[in-house]
This record gives sequence, structure tokens and C-alpha cells, in this order.
Amino acid sequence: MKRYLPWLVLILAFAWVSVSWLPPKIQQGGPDLVTFGKIPVLVGGRVKPLDTVGRNSLLIVHGKETLRLADGKQLTAIEWLADVVLKPAIADDYPLFVIQNAEVLGLFGWEQSDRKYFSFNELAPFLKQIDAQGEQADKLESVERSAYQTAILNLRNALILCQRLKNSLRPEDAHEFATEIATYVAAIPSAAEAARQREKGETFDKEKLDAMAAFAERYDNLANMAYTLAVPPAQGARWRPIGAVLTDTLRSGEVHPVVIAYAKLGDAYHAGDYQAFNQQAAFLRDWFAKEQPTAVRRSAFEFLFNHVDPFTHSMVLYVLAFLLACFSWLGWSRPLTRTAFYLLLLALAIHTFGLGSRMYLQERPPVTNLYSSAIFIGWGAVIVALILERIFRDGIGAACAGAIGFITLIIAHHLAGSGDTLEMLQAVLDTNIWLATHVVAITTGYSAMFLAGMLAMIYIIRGVFTRSLQKQTADSLARMTYGVVCFATLFSFVGTVLGGIWADQSWGRFWGWDPKENGAVLIVLWCAMTLHARWGGYIRQRGLMIMAIFGNVVTSFSWFGVNMLGVGLHSYGFMQKAFPWLVGFVVSQLALMAIAAMPLERWRSFQTIATSSRRDRDGVKFVPGKLAVETTSE
Amino acid sequence: MLLRKFIDLITSLKLTIACLAAAMALIFAGTLAQVHLGIWEAQQRYFQSLFVWWPAEGNGFRIPIFPGGHLIGAILLVNLIAAHVKRFRWTWRKLGIHLTHAGLIIMLAGGLFTDLFAVESHMRLNVGGTKNFSEDPRRMELAVIDTTNPEVEQVTAIPESVLRRGGTIEHKSLPFRIAVRHYYQNSRLQMAGEAGGAKQPIANRGPGAQAVVEPVPRSTGVNDRDLVTAAVEILAAEGSLGIWLVSDALDAPQTFSAGDRTWQLAMRPVRYYKPYSVTLQKFTHEKYPGTEIPKDFASRITLIDEDGGVNRNVLIYMNHPLRYRGETYYQAGFERDDRTSILQVVRNPSFLAPYIACIIVAAGLLVQFGYHLVGFSRRERAVPA
Repeated sequence: MKRYLPWLVLILAFAWVSVSWLPPKIQQGGPDLVTFGKIPVLVGGRVKPLDTVGRNSLLIVHGKETLRLADGKQLTAIEWLADVVLKPAIADDYPLFVIQNAEVLGLFGWEQSDRKYFSFNELAPFLKQIDAQGEQADKLESVERSAYQTAILNLRNALILCQRLKNSLRPEDAHEFATEIATYVAAIPSAAEAARQREKGETFDKEKLDAMAAFAERYDNLANMAYTLAVPPAQGARWRPIGAVLTDTLRSGEVHPVVIAYAKLGDAYHAGDYQAFNQQAAFLRDWFAKEQPTAVRRSAFEFLFNHVDPFTHSMVLYVLAFLLACFSWLGWSRPLTRTAFYLLLLALAIHTFGLGSRMYLQERPPVTNLYSSAIFIGWGAVIVALILERIFRDGIGAACAGAIGFITLIIAHHLAGSGDTLEMLQAVLDTNIWLATHVVAITTGYSAMFLAGMLAMIYIIRGVFTRSLQKQTADSLARMTYGVVCFATLFSFVGTVLGGIWADQSWGRFWGWDPKENGAVLIVLWCAMTLHARWGGYIRQRGLMIMAIFGNVVTSFSWFGVNMLGVGLHSYGFMQKAFPWLVGFVVSQLALMAIAAMPLERWRSFQTIATSSRRDRDGVKFVPGKLAVETTSE
Repeated sequence: MLLRKFIDLITSLKLTIACLAAAMALIFAGTLAQVHLGIWEAQQRYFQSLFVWWPAEGNGFRIPIFPGGHLIGAILLVNLIAAHVKRFRWTWRKLGIHLTHAGLIIMLAGGLFTDLFAVESHMRLNVGGTKNFSEDPRRMELAVIDTTNPEVEQVTAIPESVLRRGGTIEHKSLPFRIAVRHYYQNSRLQMAGEAGGAKQPIANRGPGAQAVVEPVPRSTGVNDRDLVTAAVEILAAEGSLGIWLVSDALDAPQTFSAGDRTWQLAMRPVRYYKPYSVTLQKFTHEKYPGTEIPKDFASRITLIDEDGGVNRNVLIYMNHPLRYRGETYYQAGFERDDRTSILQVVRNPSFLAPYIACIIVAAGLLVQFGYHLVGFSRRERAVPA
């Protein structure tokens, strides 16, 4: 049993992961939302599948990637998107918008209750108020907004997004859009004739001209409202919204095949004729495959990436591995650490797939925003921790890998709420060389800092609260921590200086005392202090651990804290929500440092050793914590 | 004996650690201070100073409460050099440490040098416009220009710091004295009619006589700047020529005559004149389709240098500056619906220091930690797990 356990668990985990790679099921006789979901559109400067548009929009508006209806039925993002863009009348009743702020509810005369989701129709009477209040809040800097102002602004933005989605592929009030377009096209020649007559001063049919003007206005509005640009460029030009393409029809008299297909697709969806819907979706798939092969390849891959959801899977595996590694210290250690190690390898493989997919989709180095920094920090730390596990084989590296992998992915998950995590980059960031060097080096430094902090936490928790911290374990923990701090120093320093060089290249200032730069240099200084204090013999094993834990505080300040200040070039959005978490984390770390500073007699592990008066292998009596760490710089 | 103790102190590792700790505290406090003071002001008070003072401003009693960035940096530099001079012994084992610290010395010295000697300024160019000077948007000067000869303008510039001190200013090139009656670090100007009856204009000549000045607190934003305003009285030999309001908000220079010559008064950003000229041909500002996210900014300029016989077109865009005659031009911003391009102009004689330092330190750290790593894995192999 013991021998087979690791393999058994690995096979089970592998099977669980593989299930998500199976193609999604299409309901018999229902709409083929898989084909529909893979159709590429351009949103936010990037070509992406409708599936991604659905997921991101639902995340922004609803805060989740699925929507539970009043009758308990659960809609996936693409199901919701199909209803919103093709059949808005139904979607207007969905409990979609999140309102939790009591003042916002009070604005509508509602009391705060368990209910937090409201439908468009419920909010419809208050649209003017929401718009006016939101507009006022919009004028303020994000740091200056009150909770109410933030909430009302978010609601306003969510409503705007929804209205734009409704008018993305067809006018929201259209029923038989294909027929409407046909009428419009048929009316063009006679309207043109009327216009000519008017110019010449002859009698003309005013009705025909007015009808055409009404069409033109309708499609112009549609073009302005559209959230997605659905029609790809013929050659080199830009993607355009359906409304704009229809306006062009006025000149050419021809309708773009994509526009017709979308119109018929929407009509079929409206009428519940899913066979016709599937036909049109298949037509669009084939048309795009022929005209836009690259866009289709990418969209299909992104659809797969969304569907496979690699980060959620690796998150679960990381937790599992962490727990197994922790249990291994209580007993049965060989099979458990080995199982944890295998699970971690699987989790890392999936994590790597996710990271690589994002790089392929974005054509960028791995870190481009806060979200991707979390993904990358976890990835880097897991790799280093696994190397440590390979060397020491005592479950410590595995526990660290599991814990850091899980925590960073959870953080990433919560950072994804603002929409597309593969967003386009501001002009100054548009340089792959510096993203690949400066940003990667800095985030690798963060990884190492958190790993060192994690090792130190294990040292202290095991030492103080359990009897499991043997001298050998303590020594190897100290050596691991020391090595990882060295690693962190190297990467943080190089990353920080590379950042300065980038700044010198882009605006002629090597160092600007920007908060993010300051955060980075704080890490470098802290590493330098830790290493010098140890080389000078001012700290030993326990001191190193305490300093490594404070390294967590410094790194979290650099990673998140400075962004919360709301100043400087690197502040990618103020994160009020994360502030209590950051404070909580810092307090927990300070508490651990205080615990570690307790007299050694209070450490459970050292009580054992001290009473046994065991001599270590060099024949020197082992005095825990006072152990002179071998001096590397004499 | 005392010298011995001093040498021990100045070369000690404890001093290094203390400096590092002090630097961390200073940077942390300075970063938090940026929220209220703005990046520039916080930088002046915390990092580019010998001491952090309390209270921070005012001419009254002030005490230094913490060493500033320049002091800590200087001590660290001295400590680093002294420790190496005292203990330097060449061994291969210490190669990494020596390299790292040599690189750090270059970096710290370069940083100090940059702080003292680098000059940053802006060149604002309208499309089609030509300039042969850049301006420092942070520092103002009162330019008194002798325009009698239309061929050559004789400029006498009075720095902001002199105006702030107040009093009466004399200069040998000026046949009159200038008395500073009022000075406002940051201000708002309004037309006298709109401001309500209570306030009266402080000037009695020129367009400023119709304006009311209201002092406002100093701005803190990254891109905000103070609107410096002063009221100056021109005192010629024959008596007062009136009080003039000089402010960045009053665009056109104000003209008066004194001593048979025609003069202009203008409060304007400090200018750095160049021996060449720059003409903006075209400015492009691209956005990603369907978004407001900027994709690219680029300025197409013509550089004309009669001395060097240079006349060429240059494209300056993000991460691609123009380096010319010791100055570097960067695309920094734009104004007026993309009709004005702002170029950042930097003269930094020590700009290479960090590049060199980075390479040396990185190599040093690699050697040092690589050395540890080899020892570490050897030891691991020796001890069975």
C-alpha cells in the first residue's frame, strides 16, 4: 500500500484534471454555444472569443463567472452572453447587478437585506439618478471616493457595459433583424434617387428620404453603443462594429456576410429555432476560418484555455499537496512526502500550461499586470521550493510549494475581478525586452522572498508548537532560508537596477523615487541587512528566521502596499478591498516574529532537545538558537 | 586613540547595518509622505537632503529629526570605501564580495553625482513650431528683457529664490531697481470684476492691474505645478514706474520704458538655451482600436545645428530617445488635443554609472552566491538525508 499510494493518488488527480480537457457538451436540440463562443471579436484592443467576452463581462457586472437565476437554474457565462446580446428582453429580468452598499440601496428606497443581486428591470426606474450620481463620483480620484461613491460608480459602469453589450450584435429592440436589413438595403436606391431629385430642385419623395435618415441614425447609434467590434477588416484596416458596417452599406449597397449571418443567428435565437442558430454559427465559424485563420486559431485556443481553467485545478492540487506534506511530519513521512511531490509536479505542469498559454495569447513575457505577477510569483516560488524538496526530501520544500502556489493563485483569482486579465499595455510598457528582464527579475525576487518567509514560518511554527523540529531539520531549514535569501538578493537587485535602466531609457531618469521603485529597493536593503547581519554574526539561526519573516512584510508592501498609496507611475488601480487583507497579513507576520522572540525554553521542540542533552555529530553540545551558523565570510 | 576609535567606527559592519536600517526607515517614511506631499516635494525633503527637518518649512526654529538621503548615502559610501581600504586582501574567494561592493560604490557615487549635476527640463513644441531652448517647469524666473534693439534681446533673469526672499533687487545691467512687494508660491488669478468686491488688485500697471491674486496651497500631484505670482515695483532714478503683476498665468510679456530703453517683464520657467534648434514636424498619438489605451506616442522632429552642419529628421518615441550633444530627448507627453508635444530633455553626465554598476554587482553576486551554492550542494551530498 505504502509503495503504491503516491502513484494511486497521482493517477486519480490526473484523471480529475483530464476530465476538464474533454470538449464541452452541447445540449441536445439546444443552441451550439461552443461554436458561438469561439467566434472572434475585438474588445479592448484585443481579438478574443465571445466566450471570453462573456466571462469577463459577467465577472465585472456580477462578480462571478456564472449566474444563478431566481428559479435556481445556473447559467454559464456564454449562455448569459447569448441572452444579453441576442435576446435582451429575457436577460433584463436576470438578477445580475450586485448592490450591497446600504446607501446605494437607500437611494432607491430599498432596505438592506439578504438579497444582493438585482435585475435591469428593477433598476430601470432609477437609471437617471444612477447616471447623475455616478458621474459625480467619476470626477473624483479613486482614492478620494467614499464607499458609496465607489459603489454607485461601479453600478453605473456595470449598467453601461450591459447596455453596450445589448447593442453589440444587433439593436436591442430588433426582432427580425435580417428582414430589417433587407428592407433597408431595398430602400437605398429609391432614397438615393430622392436625394438626387432634391439636389436638382425637383419634386422628391420626402418619406423615402426620412426613412433612410432614420435607418442611418439607428445604425450610427448602434455603432456608437457597440461593446464588441464584430466585423473583421478586409485588409490592414480595423475591426468595426456592425452598425458602422451597415452605415457603409448606404454607399456600397452591399451587406457584409458577417453582418447578415449575425442578424440571422440572432433572429433564430430569438425565435428559439436552434437548428437555424447552429447553421449560422457554423457559417460564421467557416467564414472566419477562411478569412481570419490566425484570429480563429487564437480564439479557439483561448476558448480551450478558459474551459480547461488551469489555475483552479492547480490551486486544488497545491492545497492537497500542502496538507499531505504537513501530515508527513507527524508520521508516515516517506509515502506522504512522495505523494505531495508528485501532486506538486502535476500542479506545476498545469500552472506552467496556464502561464505559457497566457504568454502565447498575449504575445508578451509572463508578467504584464498585477494579476499575472501573482501567477508568476507562485510559479517561480513553486519551482525553487521543489528543487529544495528534491535536495532535502523532508517535506519542507513541498509544504512551501503547496502553500505559496495556493495562496498566490487565490490572490490572482481575486485580482481578476476587473475584467480582462490579458489587457493591452500602455505605450510606455510596450517593450518586450524590459518586461522580460526587469519585471521577471523583480517578480522572481518576490517569489524568493516569500519562499524564504515561508521556510522561516515553518521553522517557527514547528519549533514553537510541535516537537518535530530536530536539529537536523532546523539546520537544513536555516541553510535553505539562507540560500533563498541570497537568491532573492540577486534577483531583487538586478531587477531593481534594470528597472532604473528602463526608466533611464524611457524618460531619462534612472531613479525617480516612485513608490514602486522604493518598494523594490526596500527589499534589496532588507536582504543586504539580513546577509550582513548574519555574516557579521549579529544574528544566528533564529535571527535569520525572524528577519526572513519580516521579509514577507517588506515584500507584501512592495507588491501591494505601494499600489494602495494611489500615487506614482506604477499604481495600476487602487485596491481598497485588498487593504484589510494586507493589514491582516502584516499583523500575522509581526505576531509570528513576536512568538519567535520568546525565550527558547518555551519552544516545544527545544525543550525536548535541551533535556536530552544530546551531542551533535561534531561532538559539540547543541544549544538551539545559539548555534553559530557557519560563517561564510570570515 | 580617538582616531583609532573613529576608524573602527567608520569601517565597522555595524555602521553598514545601521545605515541600511536608516535607509529603509527613511524610504518607507518618504514613500508614505508622497501621498500628501506629492512625489517631487517628498523627494526634496526626504531623499535629496542632508536631514529631514521638523517642522519641514518656515524660517523659524527647526530641528533635524532624521538623516536625509544624501547623508545616509554619503556615510554608506565612506563606510564601504573605508572598510575595503582597511581590510582589503586579495583572494579569489572574495572576488564576488569585492566585485559587488565595487559596483555599489560606482552606483552610489553615480547617484550622488546625478543628484548634484543632472539637469532635467522640458521642451514644449507646437506642431510646426521651432525652439532653441528647453524649460524647467519646476523653477520660475523673472525675465527682464531689454528689447530696444530688435535684433538682440538682452535678458536679465532673476531666479525664483531671490524673489521669494523679497526686498529690493539691483543689477548692473538694469538702470532701475526692482522691489518685490508680494510673492506667492502658488496662486490663482481672477479678474477683479469676478472676484467680488472684497479683494483689490495689488498691481497698478499693465494687465495685472485688473487681476486679483488669491494664494492657494502648494500642489502635490505628479504633474501639477505651482502658479508662481509676484508683484514688483520698478524704481527708476526718476521715481516709481508703478507696480506690475508678474505671473506664469499672464501670457504676454509686459512692456515699459526706462532710461531711454524699452523693457519687457515676464515670469516664466527657467530656460536653457541650446546651440541648435528643434522643429516639431508631426506628432502622432495612437490608441488601441476600440479603447482609450494609448498604444504609441511619437514626435517627428527636425534637428538643425549650424555649427555641426547637422540638418536631419529624427523620430522620438516611447523607449527610443534622441541623444545629442550630451542631452537626451524623450517623448514625455502631449497637450492641446495632440497639437503640442512635450519632450523631456535630460543632461546627465553620469548616466552610464548605473549601467556599469549593475553589470559589476550582478557578476559579483553571481560569483559569491555561486560559490556558496557549490559548497552547499557538496555538503548536502556528504550528509545522507
